[in-house]
Amino acid sequence: MTKQVSIAKLCMLAGKIMLKSGAETYRVEDTMNRIAEAYGMEDAQSYATPTGIHFSVDFSEHTNFMRITNRATDLHKIAEVNKVSRSIATGKLEIDEAFTMLECIDHAKLTFPEWMQIIAAAFVSGSFAIMFGGTWPDFIPACIAGSTGFAGMLGANRLVDIRFIAEFIGSVMIGVVAVLFISNGFGASLDRIIIGAVMPLVPGLHITNAVRDLMAGHLVAGVSKGVEALLTAFAIGAGIAVIIGFI
Amino acid sequence: MDIIIELITSFIAAAGFGILFNAPRQVLIPCGLVGMSGWILYDALTELAMDAVPATIFAAMLVAVLSQLCAKFYKKPIIVFSVSGIIPLVPGGIAYDAMRHFVENDYYHAVQLSAQVMLLAGGIAMGLVFSEVVNQVARKFSRQH
Repeated sequence: MTKQVSIAKLCMLAGKIMLKSGAETYRVEDTMNRIAEAYGMEDAQSYATPTGIHFSVDFSEHTNFMRITNRATDLHKIAEVNKVSRSIATGKLEIDEAFTMLECIDHAKLTFPEWMQIIAAAFVSGSFAIMFGGTWPDFIPACIAGSTGFAGMLGANRLVDIRFIAEFIGSVMIGVVAVLFISNGFGASLDRIIIGAVMPLVPGLHITNAVRDLMAGHLVAGVSKGVEALLTAFAIGAGIAVIIGFI
Repeated sequence: MDIIIELITSFIAAAGFGILFNAPRQVLIPCGLVGMSGWILYDALTELAMDAVPATIFAAMLVAVLSQLCAKFYKKPIIVFSVSGIIPLVPGGIAYDAMRHFVENDYYHAVQLSAQVMLLAGGIAMGLVFSEVVNQVARKFSRQH
């Protein structure tokens, strides 16, 4: 009995880390089932949605439930959990050992600190401004607008709990910076600067995940992720619209 | 000269997104290369007067296939590569244009552009899923024989 409890705990922890890091729900369920199977639980049941996990080691056993409140994208953690589950599947890891490894992953900080992400956002914005038909004078304004917007989103995310508000604030800042640049004679095209600068906020991951979940037959998870992506896109659009409306 | 600029900017964009999504350090360069290949194929196809939607489908297919190869080679989940690789194809520019026309009360063009965004997003999805389907079929065949 005690062994079963710890298997359930191990699977839940693995699932929690993956969902928090933005993995597709079908991958989360698959990983939990594989871990359970590797420890001899043939009929493990798992059900993951973007906001919670249900898991039981057998269908007649009691079900464990865990709520997932905040999600961020951290591909590194997904890859690490994947690595642990691989070595569990080949029978190399004891349960306790795997549990401490997963806890270690759970507490790990982001691979790239925030200042580095802001710099990356700057380069991404500038590159996209050029890729979407901008000219070189647009590059620097797009870099600055993009990094300000991203930094604004990260900052607002700390103050308010609602992510969409943070994205709204980020895109308003992008709009303000872009308009300031153009009105002071820097940059050639307002549209290109804004398009480039907005890209770091665009919910590309959610869109791809939603589609993958839907195609894997996880309709609830797919639809809810799709709506999340739509809301994010709406928040960004509204933020930019406010600024354009003022000009 | 143009193509070199496109290559460099799309590489920076995709690898930069790898950093934003906290991809493992050692795969940032492959992430950038996957994104670059997808964008260059898209760019070349639209240059050859192909419509944007089929061009997006083909580019997404290429991204998916390359991601799958990278996933096997680096032993990482496929999502690590496909997410940053697909980003250059996301119709952010058109979505913004649509939004802008909505704000300016030009609904005629706004709805048109929104429909195009939906089609492009669908194209990305189709391209991504296609390679998965091929992979599954191949696996089933190899198991039967």
